[in-house]
Amino acid sequence: MHIMEGFLPMGHAIGWTIAATPFVVGGTIALRRTLKERPEARLTLAAASAFTFILSALKLPSVTGSCSHPTGTGLGAMTFGPAVMAPVGLIVLLFQGLLLAHGGLTTLGANVFSMAIAGPWVGWAAWRMATGAGLPIAVAVFLGAALADLSTYVVTSLQLALAFPDPTSGIAGSFVKFAGIFAVTQVPLAIAEGLLTVVVAAALVGRGGDAGHGFAPLSGGR
Amino acid sequence: MDLTLTRGRTVALLVVAVAIIVLPLVWPGLEGAFTGTDDVASQAIEAARPGYTRWTTPFWEPPSKEVESTLFALQAAIGAGILGYVLGRRHGSRRRDDDRR
Repeated sequence: MHIMEGFLPMGHAIGWTIAATPFVVGGTIALRRTLKERPEARLTLAAASAFTFILSALKLPSVTGSCSHPTGTGLGAMTFGPAVMAPVGLIVLLFQGLLLAHGGLTTLGANVFSMAIAGPWVGWAAWRMATGAGLPIAVAVFLGAALADLSTYVVTSLQLALAFPDPTSGIAGSFVKFAGIFAVTQVPLAIAEGLLTVVVAAALVGRGGDAGHGFAPLSGGR
Repeated sequence: MDLTLTRGRTVALLVVAVAIIVLPLVWPGLEGAFTGTDDVASQAIEAARPGYTRWTTPFWEPPSKEVESTLFALQAAIGAGILGYVLGRRHGSRRRDDDRR
């Protein structure tokens, strides 16, 4: 989902940066508040951030014959709410943009928007709906993680389609083309991430509804 | 919030997750260079817009694939270290809780 440095026209690069900024600022405030109100959540937050660090470093093969990486943002979004994942994702994307030439500074806003904002919010919403519909908690966690992953790549495809509409079929045609590259590749990886997240979430929160260990929206309050 | 998995289920979930990742590599007839989708997309842009030139380039790039893979491994290692530490602490504190009971 990294849009490479220089591959977004300047107007789009600036636009996505402006769109992402309030989420990063708001997420940072939410993060500080969470740590102040629940200092005991510090370790869980570190673990959820570390999960994103690991998964976004793993480029995995997929059925399309190309490689892509999972995002790992669903776990943190379900545990602490989606807002805090914006600054967490920003750190990951800065690391990769500056040290690995993966993504970049001009495309940072767009990449933050897809991986650290859209993905976490979609995953969190899916998880809330699934638990609200009475699905087993493991199924809800699976859906939240898998859809956070998949939606990130759908948004990347949309960003590229907006920047590079097809001369004949327009934005829609271009979106189909980029989604064919990104989103289709991502389907099996998103399923694998969903399964892994269920295991990690179970290990993190374990038995009992220990509120201090996260999954706060379920235990009331933030 | 109560998410507990039996040992059998944990193993089953992990096995399926690994199988999903390994399958494309061993699936007969599946052709592919397994290049990154980021690069595939960049090529698609250049193919669709022959005149497009990237207007900035990264000011630093890993000089080789080897250096790049080291940095990716470092990223994963930092994450795995932290995650393992937290899981270990959780496991240990649960053990102590059990002992006290």
